[in-house]
Amino acid sequence: MSVYVDARGKQCPIPIVMAKKAISEMGCGVVTVAVDNEIAVQNLTKMANQKGYGVEARQIDVNHYEVTMTVADVSKEGETDSAAGNNTADQNKAASCPTCLPENQTTVVVISSDRMGEGDEALGKILIKGFLYALSQLDELPSAVIFYNSGAYLTCEGSDSLEDLHAMEEQGVTIYTCGTCLNHYGLTEKLAVGSVTNMYVIVETMAQAGKIIKP
Amino acid sequence: MKEIEFCRGGGCTAKLGPAALERVLSKIEKRKNPDLLIGFDHADDAAVFRLTDDLAVVQTLDFFPPMVEDPYVFGQIAAANALSDIYAMGGQVKTALNIVCFPEKMDLNILGKILQGGNEKVEEAGGTLAGGHSIADQEVKYGLSVMGTIHPDRILPNNGCREGDVLLLTKPLGVGIVCAANRIGEASNASYQQAVSSMTTLNKYAAEIIGKYDIHGCTDVTGFGFLAHLCEMLGERYTAYIDLEQIPYIPEAYGYAEEFYITAAGQRNRNHVGEQVFFNQVPFPMEEILFDPQTSGGLLAAINPADGIKALEEIKKLGLPCGLVGTIGARAEKKVYVYG
Repeated sequence: MSVYVDARGKQCPIPIVMAKKAISEMGCGVVTVAVDNEIAVQNLTKMANQKGYGVEARQIDVNHYEVTMTVADVSKEGETDSAAGNNTADQNKAASCPTCLPENQTTVVVISSDRMGEGDEALGKILIKGFLYALSQLDELPSAVIFYNSGAYLTCEGSDSLEDLHAMEEQGVTIYTCGTCLNHYGLTEKLAVGSVTNMYVIVETMAQAGKIIKP
Repeated sequence: MKEIEFCRGGGCTAKLGPAALERVLSKIEKRKNPDLLIGFDHADDAAVFRLTDDLAVVQTLDFFPPMVEDPYVFGQIAAANALSDIYAMGGQVKTALNIVCFPEKMDLNILGKILQGGNEKVEEAGGTLAGGHSIADQEVKYGLSVMGTIHPDRILPNNGCREGDVLLLTKPLGVGIVCAANRIGEASNASYQQAVSSMTTLNKYAAEIIGKYDIHGCTDVTGFGFLAHLCEMLGERYTAYIDLEQIPYIPEAYGYAEEFYITAAGQRNRNHVGEQVFFNQVPFPMEEILFDPQTSGGLLAAINPADGIKALEEIKKLGLPCGLVGTIGARAEKKVYVYG
């Protein structure tokens, strides 16, 4: 089935609303939307990409564009649904594991370096790896682990502790890395676990902690 | 006359795209005058001209078509929006002139309500309405030219931020999306009221609070949306790290963005600065909210971190959603990193 919608002379979001209405009435098939400006083309394309429709745009004339969207049949919609379903399942898995969550929510671990203790560098790195592993095995996990200064290397690509940190994150531990530090070491796009934070959150998290562990 | 013809998607969504504007402005020759402290080249909120060593005037103007159906509310919003530029510079409002475009055949009572709403906001700002200019036009447009004063040493430029500063945003984002949804009859009354209450709130009160603290740069978030105004603020020397969780927004705007009740201006903003922004685990509706054009949006200030926490506590008491939304660092590859 194919449908033609003339949305020329309409301002965003009207062309999108008309397209959505046509698609919902049509079910699956091809809908072509005529618009009179390029921005509307971009907004329609954005919607099609988000919804997973096939999309093609072409200019017919000055102030006349056509965006053609191909809406797949129900079986494909089903695939998207099942993907969403998997996400929900993952969330359920995390939620169904409340015993892993710490009873005392206020223990915060602060890691300020990529090694543990003073002395030999290689030893220091082995120790911090061991520390994070042991931490992940605790019966009562901390509520948050904060990484700053060279500690930021431990949450980024190439770190030996990612598996342990991911395991803790899945059990509800908040993993924070200082954004200024990531930036300083050029790691901004390499963060592999947890989220970026700022000094405000770091100070607040530490101030509210019942207990702070700093290896 | 049907009301819908009064409102056809106005407010700051009606702004010319930032890219188009830059192209045109770059071709205009600007004569240098040492007393013009803030002008064209700064991409700032208002012009500042020094009269004496301790006195400068701040000048700005802003007008646009209606983004709401109620002419009185539209007048209030347009005035709050125009007055905001004075506050974003750190100035005090003195006088205002009405700018009116109005169809000859439309009911003049509508114009009366617009002007009444505008006048009330000028008075609330402590200013005096001193006149205006009106022309017959196809569609309604209203706004103000506002004059204020400031000490030349206490100007808040929008590009004065420093490394380590935190970013304070004093109003919720998403009003453009909510107005777009409202225009097609899809906005809930609650979300619409939140948008109106945010748009009619003067930035005067937030400006008075942040003025007490160590603040390095300030702008107001309007038609170019949060991200483009932030990029202007950062210049070429700084990068901002935005914490998505701290972004204040009208909750239902998320769902409306999910339904693609989005504006052309939002997409123009994305085209303008999208390349300079790195999104990490940011859901699509939140991207849209960050690009959403704001009418009479809040102040965005770069502030000393310790002061930021105190200022936020005070701003919260004004009653609108607000937050410390990020930090400033040295320039990295992208200008803005948004972390979900």
